[in-house]
Formats: sequence, structure tokens, C-alpha cells
Amino acid sequence: MSRPELIAPPEIYYGDIEAKKYTKNTRNQQIQADMTYRALELLNLPPDEPAFLLDIGCGSGLSGEILDEEGYIWTGVDIAPSMLEVALEREVEGDLFLQDIGQGFGFRPGSFDGAISISVLQWLLNAETSHPTSSPPHRLARFFSTLHSSLRNPSRAVFQFYPSSDDQIQLITSIAQKAGFGGGLVVDYPNSKKAKKVFLCLYVGGGGGARQLPEGLDGEIEEDGKARFERRREREKSKNGKRKGIKDKDWILKKKELYRKRGKESVPRDSKFTGRKRRPVF
Amino acid sequence: MVRLITHNLLACHVKGCTSNNFPLEFKDVQVVLRESEFNPDFLRGFIPKIEWSALIGAARELGDTSLPDQLPEMLDDDFLKTLHHVLLEIHVEEGIMVCPNCKHNYPISNGIPNMLLAEHEIG
Repeated sequence: MSRPELIAPPEIYYGDIEAKKYTKNTRNQQIQADMTYRALELLNLPPDEPAFLLDIGCGSGLSGEILDEEGYIWTGVDIAPSMLEVALEREVEGDLFLQDIGQGFGFRPGSFDGAISISVLQWLLNAETSHPTSSPPHRLARFFSTLHSSLRNPSRAVFQFYPSSDDQIQLITSIAQKAGFGGGLVVDYPNSKKAKKVFLCLYVGGGGGARQLPEGLDGEIEEDGKARFERRREREKSKNGKRKGIKDKDWILKKKELYRKRGKESVPRDSKFTGRKRRPVF
Repeated sequence: MVRLITHNLLACHVKGCTSNNFPLEFKDVQVVLRESEFNPDFLRGFIPKIEWSALIGAARELGDTSLPDQLPEMLDDDFLKTLHHVLLEIHVEEGIMVCPNCKHNYPISNGIPNMLLAEHEIG
């Protein structure tokens, strides 16, 4: 798996070229769309009220497009100007901000009915300078605390991200808890390397008591001509449960035929005894 | 694409700038009107969040005086339509937003406000 966050900071990595590439890639579009739908599902917003959402790290608006389709009004923030430019070209409906989420938000308390963020949090885990305000814990703390205050009570924030170790998950969840969030991780398809997706589901408020985290998706991934399991050979079993021998009479005849065709000499004749076991007294 | 709906939620987030940091003042603005879909349910749900005096102030700065000074008790369709127009159809394309307290400038270019802070301003 590639880790672009280790190559350069986001505003540099997603320059003009990379931003266009990222947005045009249909596989990316599909993955982003799937994850956005899943994040919305986890947000669990009341169905008939049009909500006002925050899209953290909206990029070129791949996720925003889905929010538009679903009838939400939204605001997006991203740190890469080139990505925002692509978003402008694509004419998404939401308001866009050029903002470093590690510097915190300036939104008034209770502004948003929910927040989603697709493939972003891992970008906060690398320090760009040695200044104390650019250390990952500081930036995460600033991010989560300002986000907590700008969300309505009760509401949820759902982050899909790609952690590279358990320590990272630990760091993120502990800082989120310190900022006042409840909730935790939801892992979809935990046993699949490709389809595994980690969602951080955070709650603001919630009326006391531990709220039940939603279940991660599990089981077989829908077969749709993309990632499949390698074909496994089903072993045939005979009716009485014993495995059929591989080197049976048919196999021997086939081999002998093959040798004869190749012109090998001294291939034994076929007879009614071919492939039979000898008596034990022999 | 700074619309008044987001402007009404936006306060300054510079380190130590915690009082009188809302609303940001507009300066040298260019405004574009773009129609969008009218959604009365959303507006009704959103009205409690609006800081009315800030909205009126910002709308006047942008030259729109169609809204009353006080939030009316009766929310009829005509009122919601004007509110929709002010909140969602006035786009600020170019200009500057200035924090009334610390005077930090947030430049808007191409409709996107630059909210980045310098290192010493990060809280």
C-alpha cells in the first residue's frame, strides 16, 4: 500500500498534477464514493431533516458530490489549493475553505450537524517542522478540541483513515477522548487486507451512558468483478467421505497413452489388470 | 464561495483571540449571485443557529437590505425566500475578511478564503 503522507506534506504532494490524477482516477472515485456512503450511514443522521455537514479534507470534492446528491448542505476544508481548484472546476455546491485542520477551526460552537472525513487523519501524523505547534499530538489535540466545539450536541463525526500501526490508533483515539468525544473504532472487513477500512466514529454528547458503537461490516465482500479471492481447488470427495485416489486406472491409462504417443518404448500393455492392486501374498 | 451561511459561523481562530472575534468584517469584496435550490425545511432547521445581528450586518456590508432588523415571529414563505437568497445565493468571490479584534486578514481569492495561520498565531 502506498503511503503518500510519508512523501511530502499534503499541500505539496497534491500539486496541480497529482490533484488532477487523483480526481480522474475512476478507481479512486469509486472507493471514495463507497466510503462516503458508508460514513454517512455511520453518521446516522435523521432521515428527513436536511443537515449541515462539515467535510474535513474535502479535496477535489469527490465526497462532496455525494453529499450534494444526498441533499445535504455542506462546507469543506482542505489544505491543498490545487485540490480546491479542481473542486471549483467541478462546481460542487459546498463552500470551500483553504485551511490547515491541524491549526484548528474557527467555527462558532454548535455550527454543524455532523462531520465526515475521508482518508485524511493519517496526514496529521507527520511533523513538518520541529516547532512545538507542528508536533502530531499538538495538532491532533487542537483539531479535535476545536472540532468538538463546532459540532452540535448531540451529533457525530466519522473519519475514515489509514492507520499504519496500532500506536497511531491509540494516539488518535486518546486525544479525541481528551477533547471530549465519545465513541471509538469501527473496522469494516477486518480479515481482508484489501477491503479493510477503519472508521473512527466520534460522538458529541449523547445523553449519558455508553452508546453502542455500530458493527463493522464483515463476511464476504460482494463479488463485482474487482478484488476476488484466488480460485481455490475444491477437492472432490466420494460419497463415503474418503478421498478418491488421484492415480486411479483412468490416470494410468492416460499416462500410458501419452508415453506411447511420445514414442517411448517398453510401455506395458493395457489389460484388465491395469491399475489393480497386487494380492498381499505376492 | 463564501456565502453568508458560512460567514455567519466563522470566527477568528488566531491564538489568544477569543473575544470580540465574530463576525469577521468584509473588505474590498466582489459579489456574485448564483441561484440555488430553495429548501424551506433546511432553513427552518438552521434559523436557531443564526446569529441574527451578525447576519444583518454582513448582508448590509454586501449591499443587501432585504432582511428585517429583528427575526420575525412568523416564518412565512416570502420571508424564507429572502432569507434563502441572503444566506445561500450571495457568493463573495474576492476580498478580505478582517477579524474585528486582532485585525488578522483572511484573504478570499477565487471564492476560497485562506484560513491558514502563521506559526506564531497557532493556538
